[in-house]
Amino acid sequence: MSDMSYVRSEMLPERAPPASQIGFVGWIRANLFNGVGNSILTILSLIFLWYILSALLPWIFAPTWNSGSLNECREIFGADGGHGAACWGVIRERWVQLLFGFYPEAERWRPIVGFGLLFVALIPVLFNMISRRMNWVLLLVVLGLAGLYLGGALGIIAGLVLLGAAGFVGFKAFTTSKEDRAAEIASGAKRLPNPFIFSAIYPFIAPWLLWGGSIWLPVGAALGFVVGYFAYRFLAPIVGSLAGLIIAVLAALVWWLFLTGGFASIMQSIIPIGLEAVESRNFGGFMLSITIGVVAIACSLPIGVVLALGRQSDLLIVKALCVGFIEFIRGVPLITLLFVASTLLNIFLPPGTNFDIILRVLIMVTLFAAAYMAEVVRGGLAALPKGQYEAADALGLDYWKAQRLIIMPQALKISIPGIVSTFIGVFKDTVLVSIIGLLDPLGLSNAIRADQDWNGVVWELYGFIAFMFFVFCFSMSRYSMYLERRLRTDHS
Amino acid sequence: MTTTTDPHQGQFRLSMLLYDSRYRSMTIQIVALIGFLMLIGWLLSNTAQNLADLGKEPGFSFMLEPSGYDINQRLLDYNSQDSHLRASLMGLLNTLLVAAMGCIAATVIGVIIGVLRLSPNWIVARLSAVYVEGFRNVPVLLWIVFIMAVLIETLPQPSAFRKGEASMSLWDTVAITNRGVYIPEPLFSRSLGDIHVLGSSALRFDVSLDLLALLAVLIAGILTSVLIKRRADVIQEATGERPRTWHLRLGAIVVPFILVLAVLGFYLGYPELKGFNFKGGTHLRNSLIALWLALSLYTGAFIAEIVRSGILAVSKGQTEAASALGMRPNRTMSLVVLPQALRVIIPPLISNYLNLTKNSSLAIAVGYMDITGTLGGITMNQTGRELETVLLLMLVYLTISLTISAVMNWYNESVKLKER
Amino acid sequence: MKRTVFLGALTVAGLAAGASAAATLDDVKARGKLNCGVTTGLVGFAAPDANGKWEGFDVDFCRAVAAAVLGDANAVEFVPTTGKTRFTALASGEVDMLARNTTWTLSRDVDLKFDFIGVNYYDGQGFLVSKEMGVSSAKDLDGATVCIQTGTTTELNLADFFRANNISYEPVPIETNAEGQQQYLAGACDAYTTDASGLAATRATFENPSDHVVLPEIISKEPLGPLVRHGDNEWGDIVRWTLNALISAEEMGITSANIGELSAAAGDNPEINRILGTEGNLGEMLGLDADWAKRAIMAGGNYGEVFAKNIGESTPIALARGLNAQWTDGGLIYSPPFR
Repeated sequence: MSDMSYVRSEMLPERAPPASQIGFVGWIRANLFNGVGNSILTILSLIFLWYILSALLPWIFAPTWNSGSLNECREIFGADGGHGAACWGVIRERWVQLLFGFYPEAERWRPIVGFGLLFVALIPVLFNMISRRMNWVLLLVVLGLAGLYLGGALGIIAGLVLLGAAGFVGFKAFTTSKEDRAAEIASGAKRLPNPFIFSAIYPFIAPWLLWGGSIWLPVGAALGFVVGYFAYRFLAPIVGSLAGLIIAVLAALVWWLFLTGGFASIMQSIIPIGLEAVESRNFGGFMLSITIGVVAIACSLPIGVVLALGRQSDLLIVKALCVGFIEFIRGVPLITLLFVASTLLNIFLPPGTNFDIILRVLIMVTLFAAAYMAEVVRGGLAALPKGQYEAADALGLDYWKAQRLIIMPQALKISIPGIVSTFIGVFKDTVLVSIIGLLDPLGLSNAIRADQDWNGVVWELYGFIAFMFFVFCFSMSRYSMYLERRLRTDHS
Repeated sequence: MTTTTDPHQGQFRLSMLLYDSRYRSMTIQIVALIGFLMLIGWLLSNTAQNLADLGKEPGFSFMLEPSGYDINQRLLDYNSQDSHLRASLMGLLNTLLVAAMGCIAATVIGVIIGVLRLSPNWIVARLSAVYVEGFRNVPVLLWIVFIMAVLIETLPQPSAFRKGEASMSLWDTVAITNRGVYIPEPLFSRSLGDIHVLGSSALRFDVSLDLLALLAVLIAGILTSVLIKRRADVIQEATGERPRTWHLRLGAIVVPFILVLAVLGFYLGYPELKGFNFKGGTHLRNSLIALWLALSLYTGAFIAEIVRSGILAVSKGQTEAASALGMRPNRTMSLVVLPQALRVIIPPLISNYLNLTKNSSLAIAVGYMDITGTLGGITMNQTGRELETVLLLMLVYLTISLTISAVMNWYNESVKLKER
Repeated sequence: MKRTVFLGALTVAGLAAGASAAATLDDVKARGKLNCGVTTGLVGFAAPDANGKWEGFDVDFCRAVAAAVLGDANAVEFVPTTGKTRFTALASGEVDMLARNTTWTLSRDVDLKFDFIGVNYYDGQGFLVSKEMGVSSAKDLDGATVCIQTGTTTELNLADFFRANNISYEPVPIETNAEGQQQYLAGACDAYTTDASGLAATRATFENPSDHVVLPEIISKEPLGPLVRHGDNEWGDIVRWTLNALISAEEMGITSANIGELSAAAGDNPEINRILGTEGNLGEMLGLDADWAKRAIMAGGNYGEVFAKNIGESTPIALARGLNAQWTDGGLIYSPPFR
């Protein structure tokens, strides 16, 4: 019986799957036509796609890029009347305006450099895997390109020097491996300064670049922190840390409110360095949207953290005030807050105060973002395991130390995706300022249509604006998803 | 702060306010309260001073003056001689209408797209993703004006119907024009009339007796049907056999309802082209449609993501356990997956409803007369009372938002996992 | 740390802020710029071109005032305002004057505390309809859908007109002229109503202007004029007499072409001499120098030139002078004497 085997004793070679299961056909069968319902859905989707694209594509690919007015477009299309195709001349003529508003042409490098530096400043915060030296390479490249863009002998020399430095540092970074570098540092080689320094300086550089004026004003503002810091260092040992802290904050406030202006004007008369001042009403287009979005988020972050802590706190009155503020702001539409900015804020402030409208909008949008930010941070705080709080207590840290060293770094890290999506929301909401007469992209589109040449252009402008917003927001939301994935792997 | 040293029994010293943890929290709170009150006082005194400089006296009496403007979509009767208060009420009702319609549509769209995004069908999943990303990443205001422009430019104008270039849809009952959609309206030839509530005050409204009668019959029918069911239950308990009652129960609801309709002389009023416009029927203006579509498509994209992540959040083991218990797939969905997914879905869903309601304030971009368009728009403009109108406007939105979140939170509590 | 972005911005802009209560003239001089409120965009009256330079009928008046006060027609910051924000912008001191087709009404003058300094355009509310509708009078518009800009007096006029004539209509409120035009052209409304000048300007940019007609009824008086805050009469005087100087210049035949010659030395006509400052001290009385009116006129020409350049018959908008002709030509444009 032993030679009779019913079970195959050797394996058959693997055979290729049938043609209907692999390759293109197999993919189509598996993904598009697996079952009656799915087939119907696929066909419906294809019909829908065809319908949309057959209407859209001929409209988009219209040879109207060089037309100078809507009437010229109409001539190009003859009897069709221009309804069948886009009139892209308006974008060619106005895209710069849609991006920069009325910012003086000669000064446009400033917002470009400002936003370029923003990314450099954010890199140590957002992509902490990039090495310190690569950060400096990026910073030097942005500055160098700015120098070249400015032109002039000085600008070109400075630009080339900066780019050269960038190249040098980059070359070094690429040629030395991580381990070698670590060994160098261990043996006492000098490290480059922490790029986070630049992130800390950036909030002072950016307004100066955008608004211009004397450099001593942002320097004065930055000095306020120095004043506060030294006041704390000297006073804390004498009067105790809490009183020292309070006095330091007061000292900084006094410096900002009463002394900065004098300091700036004196320094300006001694060493005049400054950029041409640009009034904020010249801001417009996407530059305005981005400025409002970035300033609002940057300013709302600290306010939001304070509000979130207040909402979590055991102090009843503080909690009630924070909850009241957050729920009030979140309960009303942004447009009513913008109405406040445009019609009421000057009434609430002391007689004679007159901020310009963009500043008032910045204030209200910041408050708006702060309430949402507070909820994001609160989510981050709530997501922290209770053990972290208990561990901080067990170490004997007091409230502020625990917050500063244990809780906040983790809570903020968890909240970054939320912060990014709040930013996307605020950035999208900036189009609402067109309703109160600011010339953001949507407001500008109305102004452009008031030009005799372009009266009647609708789709091209909306399409362009929507496309730009999509590009900005989509890339940010992808980035936030990437972050979310990274953060998740960190925790599991 | 949490160190527990022996309480200091000595005399009270001023520095203890800061350094003694027993007093410190009180100090901080009092300082915060005083700071807050000072801020409020400062703002109020500034406001009073500024208003005095401008020569304006704050007050709400202007709300009772005749508004002088017309509103096209009014859910109650209104004309330009009515007060600003009544105009604002019209606006409020319009806001609530579009918000309610938007929430329902956004939920439906969101659930469908959220499920489709998980579909194994590649093209459907991709199209859903394109929809979600496209709508989420472009400002809703742009979508509103965009959809409005599409409606205006692509649909036929009423004169096209006259010329025979366009015709009414659904067996000549619905007219789709670029001024809106006209649908048949229910009418009664032997109407019972209306009751006028609140006389001629600004808050007056009419209650249709026909509607009341229909409602009463409907409720009575449902009650009867419930009684029949109870009886059937009792019989089942006693004899183990359940009598067939569905035809009785259906009849108890439908028959009296139809009878009352017949008594009242129910008929449908169809829209007809007369003069410049369609007359008769219910007119859904395209400002309403554009706003409604834009808000629900925009919010729907967010809800789709919420639904998707809600479904993904239910672990696969749950489905497998349910099928191991022998449940059929649709029972699994309704009894196991959905209840758990809902718990994840509902809190963000609430905030999206709130966002939609708040976004409905963008109605002014397409001329839909919501509360922002009436109270915060024309009334503010014509009376020059910015302070009062903006405050009222905020108050109204705040009330709506807080009400929605209160109701939704209550619902959320009731479906929450009960931990014991 | 990031809070300072805000503080920095605040201080920077704080420099530009100033008290609005009293002497606007001093503020304007100290600032070196005139803040002039205009529309966010209305064809022929105010719109920015591709380089961001504002152009239009109202814009030229702002430039004339800037030239008179500051000596530089370009020393103007144009602040775009909507129908909603314009009055607060002026009342709060954000702008020094408003040149934004605003109708002079009692309530605005008295209740809202503004001073209208004159009329630079006599307008009236009209209706634009398509010819194929076969409508010849606004009273035929029973049951029609009418597009109307919100936040304006036209809204109230329209309600009054239809109520007085006891005919029904369906208002379609729109936010900007561009939207109104779009809705009207697509047939979403039967008639478009706004100031007749606006209608003409809108119609001019249509593909086939001859298919549309402005109905003969003008249902309201819409005297459009620049306005300033109530209570600062010195400033009000300057703006008022700048307008009058432009008007008188046209009447006297002072144009931007011959003004150099006329102002070189005192001529035969004493009033021209007084306007141009070669005789008398009218400029001094206003708190300005003798050449103020000369500069104002040179900024964009006299009233007639400004009109012709921006909205006149040679432009696509092609407005006839009509009521806005000089009183000597049978119009209403009339300046008090310079004496």
